[in-house]
Amino acid sequence: MKTHKLTLPLNSETILSLSPGDKVLLSGTLYTARDKAHRRLVELIQQNKPLPFTLSETAIFYCGPSPIPPGKVCGAIGPTTSSRMDAYTPTLLEHGLKVMIGKGERSYSVQAAIKQHQALYLVATGGVAAYLSKHVTKFELFLWPELGAEAIYKMEVVDFPCYVSN
Amino acid sequence: MKNARFVDSVLLHDKIITALGQIYCRPDEKVLKLIREFEAKETHPLAKDMLQAILENADVAQRESLPCCQDTGTPVLFIEMGEHFHLQSGDIRSTIYSALERGWQQYHLRRSMVEEPLFERKIIQDRPAPIIHWEIVPGDGLLVHLALKGGGAENMAAHYLLPTSTNETQIVEKVVEHVGGVGGQPCPPVIVGVGLGGNFESSALLAKKALLEPTGRNHPDAKYAELEQKILNEINARGKGVMGMGAGPTALAVHVLTAPCHIASLPLAINLDCHAHRHTSFTL
Repeated sequence: MKTHKLTLPLNSETILSLSPGDKVLLSGTLYTARDKAHRRLVELIQQNKPLPFTLSETAIFYCGPSPIPPGKVCGAIGPTTSSRMDAYTPTLLEHGLKVMIGKGERSYSVQAAIKQHQALYLVATGGVAAYLSKHVTKFELFLWPELGAEAIYKMEVVDFPCYVSN
Repeated sequence: MKNARFVDSVLLHDKIITALGQIYCRPDEKVLKLIREFEAKETHPLAKDMLQAILENADVAQRESLPCCQDTGTPVLFIEMGEHFHLQSGDIRSTIYSALERGWQQYHLRRSMVEEPLFERKIIQDRPAPIIHWEIVPGDGLLVHLALKGGGAENMAAHYLLPTSTNETQIVEKVVEHVGGVGGQPCPPVIVGVGLGGNFESSALLAKKALLEPTGRNHPDAKYAELEQKILNEINARGKGVMGMGAGPTALAVHVLTAPCHIASLPLAINLDCHAHRHTSFTL
């Protein structure tokens, strides 16, 4: 298994150099977004409103974190099922999204869109959220607090372990 | 009241909080034992890497009192209440609700339930909204089985009302095809609960209950024990592996539960749980 230490943002050249099954230790700033946040991001695009962050410069992590216990940087952090985001992903790819982190397979049309936009879908191990939280160095609520776990959280990660999707 | 047994609600309240405290940060030990066995013999580097992460996670979670999965789930309770069991100084439903809410706050668990499924889908902030299944049984005791059921694996359930001509091989095929088809989405390696028989709704309940059987147990009826083994072997021979990445185990255990059914029917329900299999039981 080839391992790559990469720092966000990722460009097409880096993305094209990766192979399915490779391990990626990802560092940099990323944003969580799951079901509801995706719906809202796509609504912003449909209304021609600006997006809250530049999609091409970061990664979207399909994750609804658990609350932060006292004295910790963050709560438990792990991927949710990516296929639920398939309905929104092509639109986000058209608007610059380069990197997604989640778990499970994507639909054929999303796989094709990812390829077309030279984007990258990374799989993180599900159900290991305490372990993954150790790779988070900074964590803050970024947008839409009323969505609770479905809000957008901004986080800094160091050597966050994930794998290039098949 | 002859035979009546009275138990203070505080006891039940405390037992629920303790049970929750045991499971939110630690998957089923039998699951961990199976993962250790698979990890030891795994030769594929990616699958081995993920299995090691699962084992390390269990230790980090327990040591640091962190949820082992960020999805702390829907609390699902199976309650068998003796007909002579009585709770004092509080009713049983309110006691369960308030204990779970206290535990949710104490252990910093995630609010994962929404008020209604279609329009606003507003997150419920003041209670974990458990799903409780009640059964009245003979005696004066209380048995509570508590599980934290993650949404990803729950979404990958299936239900079929099959013709009675369906044979054993076709049942195996149906389950194997389903578990293979959902791939990495339910966080494999999974536990597979199969409900066979009953009717539309009771087969689904059997499948859920089957998940909570002691992990890896054999069905007491040799024919069904063999069926469980066949399904497990086939899933692991043809499944998509750890997290659907193409290598390693797809399932850790298959449990079948059955019930009598109508002469016209053969209901089959499949419920999956992820490797972060969190459940425990206690009696009062």
